[in-house]
Amino acid sequence: MNKLKQLFAGGALLTFMSSVAHAEYGLNMPVGVTETSRQVYDLHMLILWVCVAIGVVVFGAMIWSMIFHRKSKGAVASQFHESMTAEVVWTVVPFIILIVMAIPATKVLIDMHDASEADMSIKVTGYQWKWRYEYIGEDVDFFSSLDAASNEARQVGSKIDPSTVDNYLLNVDRPLVIPVGKKVRFLLTASDVIHAWWVPDFGWKKDAIPGFINEAWVKVDEPGVYRGQCAELCGRDHGFMPIVVEVKSEADYAIWLAAQKGEEVVAKMEAEVALVEGLTADDLIQKGEEVYRANCVACHQMKGEGIAGVFPAISGSALVNGPMDAQIDMVMNGKVGTAMVAFKNQLNDVELAAVITYQRNSLGNSVGDSVQPSAIAALR
Amino acid sequence: MTTVTADTHDDHHDHGPAKGFMRWVTTTNHKDIGTLYLIFSLVMFMVGGAMAMVIRLELFQPGLQFVDPGFFNQMTTVHALVMIFGAVMPAFVGLANWMLPIMVGGPDMALPRMNNWSFWILPFAFAMLLSTFFMDGGAAAGGWTLYPPLVLQGGNGFPYMIFAIHMMGISSVMGAINVIVTILNMRAPGMTLMKMPLFVWTWFITAYLLIAVMPVLAGAVTMLLTDRFYDTSFFSAAGGGDPVLFQHIFWFFGHPEVYILILPAFGVVSSIIPTFARKPLFGYSSMVYATASIAFLSFIVWAHHMFTVGMPIEGELFFMYATMLIAVPTGVKVFNWISTMWKGSMTFETPMLFSIGFVIMFTIGGFSGLMLAIAPADFQYHDTYFVVAHFHYVLVTGAIYSIMAAAYYWLPKWTGNMYNEKMGQWHFWLSTVSVNVLFFPQHFLGLAGMPRRIPDYSVQFAEFNMWSSIGGFAFGLSQVFFCYIVYKTIKGGEKATDQVWEGAEGLEWTLSSPPPYHSFTTAPEIK
Repeated sequence: MNKLKQLFAGGALLTFMSSVAHAEYGLNMPVGVTETSRQVYDLHMLILWVCVAIGVVVFGAMIWSMIFHRKSKGAVASQFHESMTAEVVWTVVPFIILIVMAIPATKVLIDMHDASEADMSIKVTGYQWKWRYEYIGEDVDFFSSLDAASNEARQVGSKIDPSTVDNYLLNVDRPLVIPVGKKVRFLLTASDVIHAWWVPDFGWKKDAIPGFINEAWVKVDEPGVYRGQCAELCGRDHGFMPIVVEVKSEADYAIWLAAQKGEEVVAKMEAEVALVEGLTADDLIQKGEEVYRANCVACHQMKGEGIAGVFPAISGSALVNGPMDAQIDMVMNGKVGTAMVAFKNQLNDVELAAVITYQRNSLGNSVGDSVQPSAIAALR
Repeated sequence: MTTVTADTHDDHHDHGPAKGFMRWVTTTNHKDIGTLYLIFSLVMFMVGGAMAMVIRLELFQPGLQFVDPGFFNQMTTVHALVMIFGAVMPAFVGLANWMLPIMVGGPDMALPRMNNWSFWILPFAFAMLLSTFFMDGGAAAGGWTLYPPLVLQGGNGFPYMIFAIHMMGISSVMGAINVIVTILNMRAPGMTLMKMPLFVWTWFITAYLLIAVMPVLAGAVTMLLTDRFYDTSFFSAAGGGDPVLFQHIFWFFGHPEVYILILPAFGVVSSIIPTFARKPLFGYSSMVYATASIAFLSFIVWAHHMFTVGMPIEGELFFMYATMLIAVPTGVKVFNWISTMWKGSMTFETPMLFSIGFVIMFTIGGFSGLMLAIAPADFQYHDTYFVVAHFHYVLVTGAIYSIMAAAYYWLPKWTGNMYNEKMGQWHFWLSTVSVNVLFFPQHFLGLAGMPRRIPDYSVQFAEFNMWSSIGGFAFGLSQVFFCYIVYKTIKGGEKATDQVWEGAEGLEWTLSSPPPYHSFTTAPEIK
């Protein structure tokens, strides 16, 4: 018993100390930064207080009864066991309360469903385990994954204290950027399994389902950075695909958008040059390492060791060390029914050539050959 | 000639059970099978609990200290499957086996051989399910809801898991058939339907739910199997199927399943509260009608588990309204229990403590359920720790508390020995404090934005997770203590009277403690 007490005391002390260390923690739903999120918050508080009120009455009656109607106080049991009036009252009264609740809930729901007359649309695609954002009609299209610092700290036995990492697990390499005060429509889908896109400050989450397109919208009042996470179990790294939305003023957004377009043009030109001129093996390996880290480590692991039984190793793999065609086919087209997706839909020719070359000549493999982007392009 | 045969039969009347291990393998006796079910359920409760301990250990602090995220997902998935199909359902079937024939004044269950079979399938089903941990790719890791396409990415254990679920389903359906046949055919003369104890009524309705929905689950998982191995595309959009279709089918099973887990609990509590309030159950017939209404509504609310999949507005509204309606009959039940307590002459032995704990904490779970029914608010709550808190309040402090209450209530009848009251009370208070430390903070975590089924979290969630884990470890230890109490009671203790509890009414208390091997060989007289 003493041991147990010590454990309790120790735990309580530890908790108290750590709450002093980072005092900011939420008890309630965030009010959020959109009209919708405020309405949802109001509904939440309304139903909460209704429950509290009913609870006070119900538990009050129980506690009263337990205090005063106990045998040790000499209470003698009455033998009543039926009352039509009571049954009717406690059927009808809750029913009326429910109707009162249902009216505002219906209103908010209808409002949330109305994604018409949006100022702009963004297609959001869930991948295992990152998000892709395509600005429809703007030629801006990028992936957004967990930032490097969090990713390093979250490895099993990393020995890095998460509290030293900025926005641990809630930070990404490239955030989604949207303008303030505009109705932004999201078209949500997924490429592999079901994900769910959720930023609590926006007041909703919506599933991203492969083969289907869901619709949702947001109109944010104030610029800022808003964070969320994937909310539908999507495999091993479900807990590691955060969402970060930067809401900028209209002018800043326009600047950002122009810069993005510029970058995309440069990247495309580079890719085309590489396609025509080819790259040295060293360049390919160097680029391949970047691509590998961003796309492959979640399953195949940092050193290519994989996870026994689930994710095959790259190091010493018969496929990687065998004829290159088979490996190219695997990387480009994936393997149906597994987490290995068709990367030809995610990576460009340079990236595919680079990562294939990298795998053959690194991670404990030394086949010694390489593949050019043009060869990949020919297989598309 | 006939007289002679009857005499011979009488001579062999009290032959009692066979001895040793084979008694349990070959038994067709409802009490033996009930005991087997209850012990099996307790073992599975410990197995599932051990998995919960792994989960809470990993979530004790931010960062990944102990397990790989993939293994964490296996833990959450199999924890749920084991607790639902291995712990709670068999516990209620065990209670049904022990109590239904006695409560209706019959000698045994109506179909004793099938009864034996429906139990003995279970250990094999769970051995198979648990063996998947040792297969390539490990156990299922896509959540107990088995959503495709994710579940189809599983390792070699996948078909074994599906087969295990099929076996559990067959076992449940056979058990349910037995319950219905027993109730309809084995009642003593004069035991009309509206005189049956509420535990019998709730199980009667539960059995119909089981027969209605277990085949639906079997169909759903078979389609998963053919999608994975025989190139069908029921749930793959690329082949013309629909991943959301699975969710509709699954929850058409899943929501009645929730009531399969809770209706017998209502029956247990409705037996115990009158005993310790020394007052008849308030509103017996309204309890029966409320149970039936809940069972009916359970078939038309399934999509509230999937408000975020992108249903048309009409669908969302329908499922929101229907779900809110469930609060009405459930409320009636709670009000009836309180009215039963009202102006009673209450004492607070362990079964009563667990029953009162049930009413209070199940109602808290009901409140969060009502909040979750509000579709626009559910867009925030869905798939967060708020939901985790909700269903653990209704299942742990609901279903499992009622099973604990039933165990303490009927253990003296089953074993002939009183349990140690002081230890029982300790068990109750340790469990109740720890379970609230465990689950209440999860409401806050969910509201503040922590998704469920994640092995690691952002540092702002650290405090409440630590609280929750400490509560979890304490709750786990308390249940080990429960095992000890049960063991001690079986081994010995103060002898129980036939009546056991001062205020107890019903046929089970007219039999000796422990009851004779064949319960009522001549039908009792029903007043």
